[in-house]
Amino acid sequence: MENHAITLIVNGQEEALLVPSNMTLLHALRDGLGLTGTKNGCEAGECGACTVLVDGEPVNSCLVLAVELDGREITTIEGLSSNGKLTPLQQAFADLNAVQCGYCTPGMLMAGTALLRRNPNPTVEDIQKALVGNLCRCTGYQRIIDAIMEASRNGGTR
Amino acid sequence: MLARPGLPDFEYLKAESPQEVFNLLKDKGPDLKLMMGGTDLFVQMRDRDSGPGTLLDIKGLPGMQEIEFGKTVGLTLGAAVTLNQISAHKDIRKYYPVLCQAADTVGNYQLRNRATLGGNICNASPSADMAPALLIYDAELILESPGGERQLPVAEFWVGPGKIALKEDEYLKAIHFPPPPEGAVGQYYKLGRSKMGDLAIVGVGMLGYPDPETPAGLRFKIGINSTAPTPYRVPAVEDYLAQHSLSDDVLSQAAEDAMDISAPIEDIRATALYQKKMVRNLTKKGLKEIWGSLK
Ligand SMILES: Cc1cc2nc3c(=O)[nH]c(=O)nc-3n(C[C@H](O)[C@H](O)[C@H](O)COP(=O)(O)OP(=O)(O)OC[C@H]3O[C@@H](n4cnc5c(N)ncnc54)[C@H](O)[C@@H]3O)c2cc1C
Ligand code: FES
Ligand code: FES
Repeated sequence: MENHAITLIVNGQEEALLVPSNMTLLHALRDGLGLTGTKNGCEAGECGACTVLVDGEPVNSCLVLAVELDGREITTIEGLSSNGKLTPLQQAFADLNAVQCGYCTPGMLMAGTALLRRNPNPTVEDIQKALVGNLCRCTGYQRIIDAIMEASRNGGTR
Repeated sequence: MLARPGLPDFEYLKAESPQEVFNLLKDKGPDLKLMMGGTDLFVQMRDRDSGPGTLLDIKGLPGMQEIEFGKTVGLTLGAAVTLNQISAHKDIRKYYPVLCQAADTVGNYQLRNRATLGGNICNASPSADMAPALLIYDAELILESPGGERQLPVAEFWVGPGKIALKEDEYLKAIHFPPPPEGAVGQYYKLGRSKMGDLAIVGVGMLGYPDPETPAGLRFKIGINSTAPTPYRVPAVEDYLAQHSLSDDVLSQAAEDAMDISAPIEDIRATALYQKKMVRNLTKKGLKEIWGSLK
């Protein structure tokens, strides 16, 4: 099948890619650009490990075709910190031990970042609702919720 | 290398005009699938050796993502409006709250940024969460074909699980809702295996509103999913309620009748008997709550 020439703006940088129609954004990021921070858990929209931001809104990158996104802005976990400085949300995950095996963490951070941008002062219930699509098999979620709460007190996502 | 086979080969095309859609539908026939958010489509295609040869992305067609509302004309949603757009819209939340409540129960937030109302309708799952709200707000589907537009009540669009009354040369362009009845109170009651983020075992959407013409002084509209080959209204129950002066016994009888009309099959999520009883219980709960807030 024919390849499509597309440009994605990934973490602020223009990336020219040649993608087959059936390549998801998840595979374009991981296999095309080597950005393996975005995880593949289920490829079915269930687990949220593949969450990235498209034009600032979180989506499951396993359920989006790369070819659909020509010219759009993508933010992945690699694009959150700047010059080695973690965002308050990343710092809170580290400080409060919201990470065990770490597989869900990139997706959690992207979904959490998007939540704090649209709602800087979420309640516990707001956080639970925002993370319905992010499964964690280790932490029991409590520390993740605590970390998002902590970050919301510390300036959120900057 | 791919971790799993993923999606089979296909050609992705993005439609720029309705004419292009009609031409391609004619040329390619069943080898072409229309695509919006792809959240149903990709999961159905994944890990198969073959699928449709072409996916035609129609969500960028003119008007497909538009939301138009006026108090006297009602609400028109382009078929590609996403569930998160519905949830975030102030007028929809005020005048058609059951649409927002239902949208908020679908999957998860990330999914709802992609999942469209049109896709939920056209996928025609018996458990589609948007279906009860569409039924009780008397949604009319606007179908576009080379011959022009036609309108179809949503209830006539679903003909079986995954089966819709769409002609070969048609696509769903928009969904129109007449203004809601004056003083209406509505709610979507969904039972899943977990509180959030699961498909419906039973979903009941309900609207109640004052109607001085009826002995009850009220009218109810009830839409139910997951418990028959298609989502459905229960006109016999709605009429029974309108014709009686309401009491706890009348509500109980109505809920029993709704249970008797439901025709679920055993599936991985619940037994048929359990689903029937839950139709009764959710209907009873809804009638009580809505009657209570209208009294
Ligand atoms: C993890 C997960 C959880 C989910 N949870 C729920 C849930 O809780 N409740 C629920 O109801 N659904 C759920 N779904 C199903 C799905 O997300 C919704 O049905 C969604 O609204 C489909 O919209 P879409 O735009 O992605 O449709 P698509 O996948 O793009 O299309 C669906 C079907 O409709 C056809 N189609 C689309 N648009 C048109 C058109 N304009 N004209 C004619 N045909 C058209 C397509 O050809 C396809 O057959 C879930 C899906 C996933 C992956
Ligand atoms: S890998 Fe995308 S949701 Fe699981
Ligand atoms: S930390 Fe292991 S899955 Fe969440």
